[in-house]
This record gives sequence, structure tokens and C-alpha cells, in this order.
Amino acid sequence: MNGTILKLAAQALLGRRRFWLLVALPLALIGLTVLIRALSSDPDAAWPMVSFLGFPLVLPLVAILAASSVLGPEVDDGSIVYLLAKPVSRHAVAISKWVVAWAATLVVGSLGVLVAALVAGGGSEAAGWLVAALVAGTTYSALFLALSAFTRHAVVVGLIFVLIWEGLAGGFLSGVAWLSIGQWGIQVGHAVSSELDAPVNLPWALLASLVVTVGGVWFAGDRLRSFALTGDE
Amino acid sequence: MSDLVLDKVSRWFGNVVAVNDVTMTIGPGVTGLLGPNGAGKTTLMAMMAGFLAPSSGTVTLDGEPVWRHTDAYRLIGLVPERELSFGYLTGRQFVRANADLHRLPDAAGATERILEVVDMVEPSARRIDTYSKGMRQRVKIAAALVHDPTVLLLDEPFNGVDPRQRMHLMDLLRRLGDDGCTVLFSSHILEEVERLARHIEVVVSGRHAASGDFGAIRRLMTDRPVRYSITSSDDRALAAVLIARPAVQSVNLRPQGGLEVQVSDLGTFAADLAPLTRSHGLTLFELSPSDESLESVFAYLVDR
Repeated sequence: MNGTILKLAAQALLGRRRFWLLVALPLALIGLTVLIRALSSDPDAAWPMVSFLGFPLVLPLVAILAASSVLGPEVDDGSIVYLLAKPVSRHAVAISKWVVAWAATLVVGSLGVLVAALVAGGGSEAAGWLVAALVAGTTYSALFLALSAFTRHAVVVGLIFVLIWEGLAGGFLSGVAWLSIGQWGIQVGHAVSSELDAPVNLPWALLASLVVTVGGVWFAGDRLRSFALTGDE
Repeated sequence: MSDLVLDKVSRWFGNVVAVNDVTMTIGPGVTGLLGPNGAGKTTLMAMMAGFLAPSSGTVTLDGEPVWRHTDAYRLIGLVPERELSFGYLTGRQFVRANADLHRLPDAAGATERILEVVDMVEPSARRIDTYSKGMRQRVKIAAALVHDPTVLLLDEPFNGVDPRQRMHLMDLLRRLGDDGCTVLFSSHILEEVERLARHIEVVVSGRHAASGDFGAIRRLMTDRPVRYSITSSDDRALAAVLIARPAVQSVNLRPQGGLEVQVSDLGTFAADLAPLTRSHGLTLFELSPSDESLESVFAYLVDR
């Protein structure tokens, strides 16, 4: 890890307008949850906000925005050469970038899910969602960092993964759960609160999350090692 | 003192050959990399800076390949053509970050020193997105120089820089070259290269078209006609004398006065001219090569 890269990545994240979009998503989630709780007489009415909106949508969106903000623009416009033309290991650059995206995903996304869960009813189910969001947020941020290092369409590809694969395909093909970051998170959350589903099994969920996280960050570093500067022509 | 050596370097993108079998050695002093847009200058620079793998051949810095070799950046300073997009940082923060990334023992001191060198101390507290093009260019150069590299690579460094700042930058690069730094800059503008670099590498359509001192490149092309404009005490008399010389191909009387002379062999013509005019009782007022600019050398190389 490299302190200077860490600092620059944090400034890149906080200094862009996109950051406010990043914060707005969980705020909207919490606002909607509060609204439903206030308007509905059913004490469990707000839980779907967590299980259908907050966890499967807001959390990965925050991860996509955070990961693409710390790496995407610099790779796109080539200005990352200023960071790479240094005697600093490219893997250290990738790890530092990931740490910033990861921290932002957990603080903004996972915490957002927790607050929504607390508003929706709290209890051990909220603790379960927090654990699920911490695990899934970690994995998402690494996967989307790898995507940002690999393609300039990282946001689109990330959205397709979340909406089409995890959302749509995961909805009617139960086998998709084995290859779904969100479902792995829910499985780990199930270990804390049995209110959450158990779509796969715990060892698989932990192992797969770990492999994708480590592999994603390593892959991002490897892409940076091969970063090519091409002309405008 | 560092040497950057390209040995039979080619680079292709799919079916397009951007750089074709280039062999050159860039040593200490200022070298100009000259070629029209799309000649492969940026591709060459990227390979020299370790930001592109050669498809074949090797690029080495003091014997070590630069591709995938991050330690080489202790010696290299790179000023890419791309715009600086760290608009949310101040100039000083950006240069300081570069110093920190090099783990300089006195990063703060080095930052102030180099800001002084590029004359950016006063605006360095402002955010980069408020800078003019010339200021950004100077900040980029400061960032590339903060660790005292022995090799400085600049891709089109004078683009969009106003004439006064251009002079300042040229002085800076000349000084670095005189101090033994290996400075290589690319340009498609001939007078820039001519004014700054004695040693020139010419690339045209991905090929290494010529190499050497500007004058040497010119002299290489001995079969190329050279034009001079001459004014003298009696232009008609001089014209009569000149047309008798075998080296002279044509003499024109210019309507505004003076002669336009085309010669095939510039060496003997230049050596003969002064004694010749003196022996005929004529006085030369002015002798100037009318196409001594790189533009014509360049056009010739492209045509060849």
C-alpha cells in the first residue's frame, strides 16, 4: 500500500461531483424506509426496502461508483501515467485504490443498508444485513475495481452484472446464487441471523468472496502493470 | 548520464504498423524527435517510457529493459502529451505528490525548488483546473523533474504554450541538456526542433527517416538542390558570374532586387562564392539560405 496514492484516490473520490450521487443513493433508501415505516401500520412493511432495494441495488451501485471513481477517469484519460511513472509497484497502486473504494463502499453503502435495516425493525435481522452488506460490499468493490482497470465501460458492465445476472437471472434460476456476490453476502449474514436466506453454504460463500476480492485486486494491479499509453490518433 | 537504446523496435496495432524497425540511441544532451502528426512519435515515446511493450525489438535504459520495470522511473521523468486531469489538486499538491511517490528524503524542499525552476511558485497554491495551458505544461514538467531524472522525455511539450513561456521552457531544457541530462522531446513543428536541438531524429510513417545533427541531415541529401538569396553591389554582374559556375543550376533576378540562386552542390558553392565575388570587384551585402528551414528538409525526406 502507498500513502500518497491512498490520499490522491481519496481526493479523487471526494473531489468529484459523482461523490454526491454516491451519498444520495443510501440517503434516498433511508428516506424511503422512514416514509414506509411512518405510513404503514404493518411493522414489517419496510423490510423489503432492505432486501429488495438497499442490499441488492443500492449497495452494488455505491460500489460501482466508488470503484470507478478512484480508477476509471484516470485510466480513461491516461492521466494515471503520472502515478504509474514512479518506482512504486503497480500492485501497491491497485491495493491503495481498492482500499479507498472499499472504505467508501462500506461507510456509505453498508452503513446505509444498516441504517435502513434499523429503521425497518432492527434486531438481529439488522445485524444479519450489516454482516451481509460488509461481506458483499468488500467483494463488489474489488470486482468493480478490476472492471475499471479492464474496460472503460466498467459502470455499464457492472450494472449489467448487478441488474441482469444477479437481479434478473438470479430471480428465476436458483443456481445463479452460487455465482452471485450478493447471495454470498446473504449466506454469511444468515450465520448471524436466521431471518436471512441461506441460498448456498457458508464455506462456499466465504471462500468465493475471498477469492473474488483477492483476485479482483490482483487482476487490477496486473492490468496496471501492462498499462499502455496510446496516442490520441 | 544515461543512454536510452532502441534496438530494431517495431510496434503494431492489429494490422497497422505504428513503428517500423527503429534503431536509435538517445544520449545526454537535447535530442529532438521530429515527424508529422501520426508518424509514430507518441508510440515511440510510450515505448521509451515503459508504457507500451514493443511488438518486437528491445528498448533499454542503461542496459535494462524499461517495459514492466518500475525501478526505471527513478531515472526517467516523463511529460506526456495528455492533459493533466488532477484538477482538484493545487499545483503544489500535485508536484508534492510526485515527490512523495518517489520517496524523496526532502519532498517538501524538492517541490519548492522545482516550482522555482519552472517559475510556478506564485500560482502553485491555486487549483490546477484554474491554470492556463502553459501553466499546466510547466506543472507537468515540474512533476517530471522533481526527482532529478537523468532522462527526461517530453511529448509535444510546446503545444499550446505561448511564445514567452516557450522561450522559458526551451532555456530550461537546454540547461538540463548542458548539465548532462538526456532530454528527448517530440514535435511536429520544425522551428521548435531547429531552435532547441542540435541532434535530431526524424520519423516519418513509423520509419526512422534520418538521424544526426541538423546540418548533417541536410548534407546527407547532397543531390537535393539548395536555394540561396543574395544581394550584392551589382546583381546582374554577379548573376553573369554565377551562371558560369558548374554548381549553379539557375539564377533568377528578383523583382524587388537581389538574386535567387539554386545550386546542386552547396559545399563548393559556399567555399567559392566569396573569392569569386572579390575577384570580379563585386561586394556581397547579404547571403541567406532561403529554404534552410526544416520544413523543406522534411518535405524532401517524405518525398524520397
